[in-house]
Amino acid sequence: MNKRMTEGINQNIDVIIERWEISMKEEKGKNFFHFMPSHLIEKTSREFAALMTSNIAEIDVVTPEKLNDFTEKVVRFGWSIKFVNKAIDNFSRIVFRLLEEKDVINQSNLRSFVTIFENWISSLRENIIEAYSMEWERTVSLQKIALQELSASLIPVFEKISVMPLVGTIDTERAKLIMENLLEGVVKQRAEVVLLDITGVPVVDTMVAHHIIQAADAVRLVGATCMLVGIRPEIAQTIVTLGINLKDFKTTSTLQRGMQEALRMTNRIIVEAE
Amino acid sequence: MGYRSSVDIYTEWDIVAARQLGRNEAKKTGFGTVDQARITTAISELARNIYLYAGKGKIEIERFSENGLYGITIIASDEGPGIPDIRKVMEDGFSTSGGLGAGMPGVKRLMDEFKVHTESGVGTNITITKWLR
Repeated sequence: MNKRMTEGINQNIDVIIERWEISMKEEKGKNFFHFMPSHLIEKTSREFAALMTSNIAEIDVVTPEKLNDFTEKVVRFGWSIKFVNKAIDNFSRIVFRLLEEKDVINQSNLRSFVTIFENWISSLRENIIEAYSMEWERTVSLQKIALQELSASLIPVFEKISVMPLVGTIDTERAKLIMENLLEGVVKQRAEVVLLDITGVPVVDTMVAHHIIQAADAVRLVGATCMLVGIRPEIAQTIVTLGINLKDFKTTSTLQRGMQEALRMTNRIIVEAE
Repeated sequence: MGYRSSVDIYTEWDIVAARQLGRNEAKKTGFGTVDQARITTAISELARNIYLYAGKGKIEIERFSENGLYGITIIASDEGPGIPDIRKVMEDGFSTSGGLGAGMPGVKRLMDEFKVHTESGVGTNITITKWLR
């Protein structure tokens, strides 16, 4: 049965590809065909058709290795999952119709062919979806790691003075990380003054302020002084309107002024060399 | 009625999405950086309250014009437990979650109009508006 189907497909592969291409071009919305030069379309279509048929070609049962190979290649085409889904749909429908036209499929063997098609297509689809979601999960977890690497390192700038630049949104998880790194760093670097730079924090709401206040309190407990620097004018106004009390520690507009203040607090000045 | 867009609040990251949307809409309305920060912060507070107390809800943002005046309205709605004592919540320094207790009264001060409708066991609906001057 499979053999007849494979023969039927292979003999008419050009017609199938042609029809499939037409059907895919009719698809509205973002598909890659619009942006592809025609020779690339031709090549990709052939590749896709070859991949699709390779699954039913030589063997009766599709091996997992072969399927994985297929999905890996399809994912590499860079198509959206919606487009791939449609592509598989259209392909199978066209093949079915063509085999009907050529009388490979007829009333007597219809049922068994339907089963073959179902097995063929559903396993493909499942694999495609799995491959895509794995790809996304991988991306998300990689970005999470990248974000964690970015967040909150305490940098020793001068003896007794350290700076922690904060960039981006502060959520509960990051706030915890900030606190840990801050305290660990203060002790390890023997810092006396710590500058918390919030120039890169887009929004300072009550939660962020709360975390900052807690961090500053904790720094005081381990015997150092915490300064909040990089307060932009609009952030200053919002903090005042919210009614957040930041009187317990020193604040400055820029890191530069904070640094001058920190040097003064540790009884040092920077002089120009003669 | 103007153009309305919304963000569903389910996770902490949806708060970021909501205020990003708010900032963009505020920018489109023509607000300056200070008012943009105010609007964004207000959205952040309301979205966080939804996340903390109701679990899930929605932030809707609408730009509008009325008699030649432009403005932005934000509606925060949830089907959470409701606010038991709204007077207390509007006091500075009151918090049930160990926070600063500046959120709700702060939002009121950040915006021009502030309306709360809350019902125990039914949910909360907060509508805030800022006018472009």
